[in-house]
Amino acid sequence: MEESIHFKLNNKPMNITVDGERMLLWVLRTDLGVTGPKFGCGQGLCGACTVLVDNEAVLSCQTPVREVNGKEVITIEGLARDGELHPLQKAFIKHDALQCGFCTPGMILKAYSLLRGSPRPTREEIIRGMDDNLCRCGSHVRIIEAIQTAAREMKGGHEL
Amino acid sequence: MKKGEVTRREFLKRMGILSGGIVVYITVGDPSGLAQHQRTGRLLAGVPADFNAFLRIGADGTVTCFTGKIEMGQGIITSLAQMLADELDVPFDAIEMVMGDTDLCPWDRGTWGSMTTRFFGPVLREAAAEARAVLMELAAEYLKTPVKQLTAKEGVIFDKGQTGNRVTYAQLTKGNIVERQVKTRPGLKPASEFTVVGKPFPREDARDKVTGKAVYAGDIRLPGMLYARILRPPAHGAKLKSLDTSGARRMKDALVVRDGELCAVLHEHPDEAEKALSRIRAEFDAPKATLDHENIFDHLLKVGPEGTIVSRAGTLESGNKLAREVFKETYLNSYVAHAPIETHTAVAKLEKGKATVWASTQSPFGVKEEIAHSLNLPSQNVRVIAPFLGGGFGGKSSSMQAAEAARLAKITGKPVHVAWSRAEEFFYDTFRPAAVVRITSGIDGSGSIVLWDYDVYFAGSDGAEQFYHIPHHKSVSHGHWRGSAGYHPFGTGPWRAPGTNTNTFARESQIDMMASKAGIDPLKFRMNHLRDRKMWRVLQAAGDKFGWIPLRIPSGRGLGVACGIRSGTYVATMAEVEVDKNTGAVVVKRVVCAQDMGLSINPEGTKLQMEGCITMGLGYALTEEIRFNGGEIFDLNFDTYEIPRFSWLPKIETVIVRAEDSPPQGGGEPPIICMGAVIANAIYDAVGVRLFQLPMTAKRIKEALSRA
Repeated sequence: MEESIHFKLNNKPMNITVDGERMLLWVLRTDLGVTGPKFGCGQGLCGACTVLVDNEAVLSCQTPVREVNGKEVITIEGLARDGELHPLQKAFIKHDALQCGFCTPGMILKAYSLLRGSPRPTREEIIRGMDDNLCRCGSHVRIIEAIQTAAREMKGGHEL
Repeated sequence: MKKGEVTRREFLKRMGILSGGIVVYITVGDPSGLAQHQRTGRLLAGVPADFNAFLRIGADGTVTCFTGKIEMGQGIITSLAQMLADELDVPFDAIEMVMGDTDLCPWDRGTWGSMTTRFFGPVLREAAAEARAVLMELAAEYLKTPVKQLTAKEGVIFDKGQTGNRVTYAQLTKGNIVERQVKTRPGLKPASEFTVVGKPFPREDARDKVTGKAVYAGDIRLPGMLYARILRPPAHGAKLKSLDTSGARRMKDALVVRDGELCAVLHEHPDEAEKALSRIRAEFDAPKATLDHENIFDHLLKVGPEGTIVSRAGTLESGNKLAREVFKETYLNSYVAHAPIETHTAVAKLEKGKATVWASTQSPFGVKEEIAHSLNLPSQNVRVIAPFLGGGFGGKSSSMQAAEAARLAKITGKPVHVAWSRAEEFFYDTFRPAAVVRITSGIDGSGSIVLWDYDVYFAGSDGAEQFYHIPHHKSVSHGHWRGSAGYHPFGTGPWRAPGTNTNTFARESQIDMMASKAGIDPLKFRMNHLRDRKMWRVLQAAGDKFGWIPLRIPSGRGLGVACGIRSGTYVATMAEVEVDKNTGAVVVKRVVCAQDMGLSINPEGTKLQMEGCITMGLGYALTEEIRFNGGEIFDLNFDTYEIPRFSWLPKIETVIVRAEDSPPQGGGEPPIICMGAVIANAIYDAVGVRLFQLPMTAKRIKEALSRA
C-alpha cells in the first residue's frame, strides 16, 4: 500500500510516496538513485547492502522502507563530510583493504556501527562484529587492520 | 571500405585527438588470439590492422592507456599504470586507464589466467617506449638539440647540459597528430631504472570504491529503464510444459515478455518485477536425474576420454621394479562455485540500430560477438563496456546475462537491466568441475621416488606436469575443465587457477604420504626430489619464515607443507591447523606463503593477491561444494554454500622471493593452488588421517577419524 515516508538520507530530507513494504535497498537504488548499497544475496546473508539507520548498521535488503520513517539513513555516499573522508574510508585506502570493492560500502558501514558501540575493539571483537559481512576476494586481513587503524585515529572523541 | 570498418577520422575522434596528440599502436607476439581476430575481418579502417595495444598522449599531456582488459579486483588498473609511468617518464597520477570498452579499446581475448602482467605488460611497455622516442624526436626539433643530449622526467624533456632548455609533453603534442606503429621492439628500461614499478602503490580505484562512486554494471541507470526478472527452469535440461502469466500481467505496470523459451517480467522497479515473476505459474518437465554429488566421480571415471600425456620420463615398468613401497590412491574434488559478491549483471540499450551494453564480464569482446549474433546486428553496431567488476575469478568469462539484457531491450524497445539473483548466479555458474585424480607411485628402499603414474580426469592438465625429479613417471590428462555434453550435468569453466588446484591437492598429498612412509621430514623429502633451484629457494623461504623444524610425520603438531607452479610463478605454502577430534572441525591457525613471481610490479598489490588467494582457498579446502541431483542445484545461497569469513582467518604471512631481474609472472592465482594440499597435509600431521576428497568438511574428517 502506498504511503508517505519521511526520512533523512545522507543529510538531506526525503519525502517519498511508496509501498511501505518495499525493501529499503531497492527504494534507495532505483527510486532514489543511490547505488552505493549493493545487492549481493537478497536474503541478508552477505552484508553488501548494509546501510546505517540512526547510526546502526542494517541490512537494507531485509528492511521494509516503512521502518525508516522519521529516521536518518546514511549510505556510503554520505559518510564523507564536506569532501573530507571518514577515518574508516581513509584507513581502507591506506591498508588496501579492498579488491573488487563490491563488499566495501557494506564493510565500512558495518565497521562504523561496530566502532560506535565499541570504540576500541579488540581484534576478536572486530572479527565477531564483522563476521556476517562476506568478501569473496579475501581482503579480510586488511579490513581488520583498517578498522584497527580507524579506531586509533578516532580515539579522543572524533565525531562519529 | 570493408563492411564493419570504422573510418580513421572516426577512430581519431573517438580517441579525442583530432586537436593533436600521439597514438602509438603496437603489436608483438602476444598469444591472445589476434591472428584469429584478424581473420574475422572486423578491423578499423585507416589505422594499423593488427595492433593489440595502444596509448594516447593528448594535447593536454595526459596519458591514456586503452586496454580491453578489465578490472575485477586484481589491481591491474594500478599495476599497468605503474608500468606506463616508468617507461614514459610521467608521474603516476598523469595516467588515465580506459578499460574494457569495445569501442575505444583494441581487441582483447579476455582477462583471465594471470596473463595481463605477463603478456600484456611487456606490450604496453613497448608502446610507451615508442611514444617516448617520438616525444624525444619532437623535442629535439623543438629545442634544436640532438636527442642524445635530452632526457625526460615527469612529463618534461630537457637538455641535460642546460636544464632551462625544456619542453613539456603537452607542448609537443598540441596541434600534432602523430601515429606510430611499433614493428621492431624498442629498448625497455632495465629494472634498476624503475622509480614507480616495484614500489608499493595504493590502488588507483580505492577512493572511488570507499566513497560509493565506483560504477558497476548494475549501477548504470538510464531514462525509461526497466528491470527484468527472467523465468528459470528448476533444473538444467528441464523443458517448459505449461505457462500461465495472467497473474503477472494483472500487476500494475508489469510487462510480460515471451520470446521462444525466454519468458521475462519487466518493471521500473526490480523488486516489483520479482513480485510479478512469483505470480507466473509454470510447469517444467525435468529429465530423470541420474547423477548426483555422490555418484558423479564414478561417472566421470566411466566417461573420461582417452588422455593426452602431459609429461613423462623413463618407463613405468622400470619404476615398478625399483619400487619397494607402492601407493595407489584416488583423489576427488567436488564442483565449486565462483560466487562473486556481484552477480552477473548487464544493462542494455538499443538506439538507432546500435546496441550499447554495460556488462560485468571478463570478456567484453566475446560478449560483443555474442550480442551481435543474438540480435543479428553487425558487430560494429554493438558496444560493450565492462565497468568495475564485483569479482570474477573466472566465472565472468561466461556472461549470458548480457545477451539476455540486449534481447529484452530489443523486444521492449527500452533500456533493460538484468541482474541475476543469487540463486540464478549459483544455478548458471560455470562451476569448477568435479574431478578425479588417480595416482600410483612408489619409493625405493632409500626413500627416493622411483615411480609416478598419474591420471587426472576433467580438471585439466594445468598443474599436472611433474616437476619433482623422478626417473620413471608419466602424467596423463583426460578431458578438460571446460564443460561439454555428456560429462557434467551443468556448465563448468575456469575457476581461479583452473586445473591447478585439483592437481596440486592430489600431487602434494601423495608426496606427503610417501614422505611419511619413508620416515623423512616432508620438507626435506620434497627438496630431495627437486633439481629445480627456483622451487628449492621458494620452499626454503617459506620454511625460514615459518620456522619449520624437520620431523617425521605425523608428528601431532598439525603442520603441513605444499608447493606448486602456476602461470610461471612458484609457490610454497606452510600451514598450522588444529583438529577437533570429536567434531572433525578444523581451525587453520597460521599460513605462510612464499612465491617467486619474477619482478613484482606492485609489491603491495602482490601481497594483497597472495592474502586473497590464501583466504579464498580456505573455502574450497574446507567447505565449498555444490550439491545437486541431476540438473537441480541444491546450494543456491550463502546459507548452505559457505565461503570464508572473518572468523576463519588464520594468521597470514607472505614472502615475495626477490627476483627483480626476471620478467613478471602471474600474480592473481598462484597462492590459491596449495591451499587444499597444505591443509590436508597439516590435518594428517595433526591427527594421522588423510583426506582424499575436497572439501575436507568436518563430517568427512570425522568419518576418516572413525575409520582410522
